[in-house]
Amino acid sequence: MTARAAISRDDRRVWLIIAAIALVSLLIIPFSQALFGLRFTYTVRVVALGGSFLGLISGALGCFAVLRRESLLGDALSHAALPGVAIAFLLAGRELSPLLIGAGIASWLSLRFVAALLATTRLKQDAALGIVLASWFAAGIALLAYIQSIPDASQAGLDHFIFGQAAAIIESDVRLVMGVGLIILCLLALLWKEFKLVTFDAEFAGANGIRIGLINTLLSTLIVVTIVLGLQLAGVILMVGMLIAPGVAARQWTHKLDQMVILAAVFGAFSGGVGAVISALDSDIPTGPTIIVVAFALVLLSLALAPGRGLLWSRLRQRSNRRAFAARNTLRNLYRYALAHGAVNAPVPDSFIRGVGDRGAALGLRELDGAGHVRLGEGGWRLSQSGVKLARRDIHNQQLWDTYRLYAHELALPNVAEDREREIASLLPAEAVAILEAKLAEGAAP
Amino acid sequence: MMQTRSNPALTVDDLTVAYREKPAIWDIDLDVPAGVLMAIVGPNGAGKSTLIKAVLNLIPRAAGAVSFFGEPYERARSLVGYVPQRGSVDWDFPASVLDVVTMGLYGKLGWFRRPGKAERDLALHALEQVGLVDFADRQISQLSGGQQQRTFLARALVQDAQIYFMDEPFAAVDAVTENAIVNILRQLNQRGKTVLVVHHDLQTVAEYFDWVTLLNVEVIASGPTLQTFTLENLQKTYGGRVSSLHGGQLLAASAQ
Repeated sequence: MTARAAISRDDRRVWLIIAAIALVSLLIIPFSQALFGLRFTYTVRVVALGGSFLGLISGALGCFAVLRRESLLGDALSHAALPGVAIAFLLAGRELSPLLIGAGIASWLSLRFVAALLATTRLKQDAALGIVLASWFAAGIALLAYIQSIPDASQAGLDHFIFGQAAAIIESDVRLVMGVGLIILCLLALLWKEFKLVTFDAEFAGANGIRIGLINTLLSTLIVVTIVLGLQLAGVILMVGMLIAPGVAARQWTHKLDQMVILAAVFGAFSGGVGAVISALDSDIPTGPTIIVVAFALVLLSLALAPGRGLLWSRLRQRSNRRAFAARNTLRNLYRYALAHGAVNAPVPDSFIRGVGDRGAALGLRELDGAGHVRLGEGGWRLSQSGVKLARRDIHNQQLWDTYRLYAHELALPNVAEDREREIASLLPAEAVAILEAKLAEGAAP
Repeated sequence: MMQTRSNPALTVDDLTVAYREKPAIWDIDLDVPAGVLMAIVGPNGAGKSTLIKAVLNLIPRAAGAVSFFGEPYERARSLVGYVPQRGSVDWDFPASVLDVVTMGLYGKLGWFRRPGKAERDLALHALEQVGLVDFADRQISQLSGGQQQRTFLARALVQDAQIYFMDEPFAAVDAVTENAIVNILRQLNQRGKTVLVVHHDLQTVAEYFDWVTLLNVEVIASGPTLQTFTLENLQKTYGGRVSSLHGGQLLAASAQ
């Protein structure tokens, strides 16, 4: 039952984040209007819409790149699109669709090239990616330089594919992104379980008759298509950020693949839209980089704050662990000393307890004092009634753990990882603890 | 069914797999009768995992043919279950135990169909058999090594296969998990299934398995444990050190 409650708490958290993001997005429009006098002109609306849609698609697909540890492959693929743009321009002139098709072909060829390098040589993946990324990109830059030397004036703006140029986006581009994006999302929904299984365990998928090669190629092709769609906006260098940042951020908040993909899509759409709006404030703010900055702000927030996996969370947990540990150790020392000197509430000299406990002693004493388990009086520290009770309970718990270690197998008790800092009763079912208690009593009898 | 009874569960002919120039397994001939519990043993690098993967068409073969109950793999796929090595996947993947077990049914569902209530029930039943039903909603990143292994086993159980291939299911697991796995193996065996297990612990071969294949790139010997698992064969497989390493137990087995 507790497991079920925990699951629904997770679900609620995801919906809360989605609601918060939606709220912030809604507020940004009046906020930017009132504070910065931003006018939502036709151009701004088109760019913001294009940015959010692109972010949505790349966020959803990027999850798979992140989970397959192929983030860098995404980077290589987007860099590799540049020579395709240049060659397409030389062959077909400055029309968007041939340029994008050229980009897609170059990017896809680089994908096959990486695969071929890995299959036929002893290169490791990082080296293969480095080679392809640098050489394809260099070829692209060289071709662009050559194009610029041609006297024909129509080449202007081709280098915008390097960093992206949102202002150039027109309504038909957004329609293209939406149309292709819709197809990508449909494929993702239809082949959901195949993508999931191949990503988690390709060997098992293969043994179950799922065409791993086909699914892998399809997934990579979808990623290439997404990259190509984003080139105008984000450019070949930054596109990888749009692809992986939303997935990385989303992974922090959930343990379910479907929630992760939805959340990444929401994060991506938010970054795309908000980045576009911010960059519209001033013509000097570039759109692509701004979108990426927003996306990585979400990554930072998620890495810091997400419950369970976030930095803040683990820092807090560490601190409370350290306190509990110091308190427990100090209590044991006090109890042992007092027993050795006559009675459980015999005074323990302050200098002794600080001497044996080192730095932890001060922390432990403060904790115990605060909880009313010890009091400083004549001759030193004395355990209160609650302190004695706590010390006895701790010792009993340790004895139960000792018994568990010795007899768990013989008594066929459930297998749990030994964690002596915790009450054994919180880890084992009640029947098992009763069996241990009996065994302990039996052992103590003679 | 009659036909599947009369044919061996697995027939391997002249199977060779090479990584680069070096053969990983060489000219393997194997007949595994239906209904046996077979251990595949051999030293590190002997090609045990390679044999399983090649039989299941997961890696390219240089030569050779494989059939299951007289049928080629493509037609016998639904009869085959597989438990890969636990370390072969990323256990931080966002999925629950139930999710992973349900994956065992994806192949049967076919393209585009999604798992529903029936699949959920089957998966829960399999989790019950491996003693993990309370963990169904648990994240796989929170499992211990033994629990991971039992999750994989449950995923293979829902496949409801006739012949199972398990790659080192006993590697680095706790005693509870080892017992659970052995119980499952025996149950599968009683239900007439054939199970092939890559196994490392020579001490337990005679206790757990009624059939054994000794492998070191080539097949050294294959047959009923009592006749095959002898000191002589083990020395041929592992070299001379084996008698001093595992003395008592093995001598007892070869004396019988």
